[in-house]
Amino acid sequence: MMNELLLWLSAFLLLTGSLVTLIAALGVLRLPDFFMRMHAATKAGVVGPSLILLAAGFYEPSFSTWVKILFAILFLLTTTPISGHLIGKAGFVGGVTLWRKTVRNDLETVLPTHGFVELDVPEEEASAHADHDAVLPPSAQEAGLTDMMTRPTKARREL
Amino acid sequence: MIHTLFPIIIEISKFILFLAMVLVCIRIVRGPHAGDRVVALDMLCMLGVSVTALAAMSTHAIAFIDVALGVALIGFLATVAFASFIEHGASHHDE
Repeated sequence: MMNELLLWLSAFLLLTGSLVTLIAALGVLRLPDFFMRMHAATKAGVVGPSLILLAAGFYEPSFSTWVKILFAILFLLTTTPISGHLIGKAGFVGGVTLWRKTVRNDLETVLPTHGFVELDVPEEEASAHADHDAVLPPSAQEAGLTDMMTRPTKARREL
Repeated sequence: MIHTLFPIIIEISKFILFLAMVLVCIRIVRGPHAGDRVVALDMLCMLGVSVTALAAMSTHAIAFIDVALGVALIGFLATVAFASFIEHGASHHDE
């Protein structure tokens, strides 16, 4: 009976964790801006693996498993904010594309940047800035994706 | 009942994680800036942690939890190294 209850709990945690991970991956793919993608990857991306690790702990409950699992979760919770902060700063300095609906940029005068590229600028100018991007320039497909995502907001503002 | 249901749930979970990996790989291929690719790589490492935890459940081998810990460590170090590379590479290029 107790064993069955633990298995139900484990199944619930497993499904929840994989769904949260899927949502994080969807955010990494679909969100329009580097910082939003980072937000999806570092917040939801740490909850999903933690839930799946907890599921593994309830599936094979023993002391040594729980020690390892709690240590792994603690490690994820400690390192993900650090790596998120570092990659965010590196992206800012490296000059990532900001979403064109961004209203405020407090770091503009604080951190030296490589120069932002707006999504609206003509393609040859944009690809001149993006030096890391020799293979795939910010294509028309990308711009179309962003446009598609922002259209509901536009319509609401016009109303 | 749950004893027969659990392998099916593990299979569903595997499929969902596979789907998430495909989405993240699309972002790695497409990502306009190197930073986007590094963020997607970090997410891929998290997915690797999830998959190894899942492997520990489906094969009853507790040792896979240690592998998950190692993957998390490597992912963190790789992200830090790539972040430093992007930051300093960009500033050197500017001068």
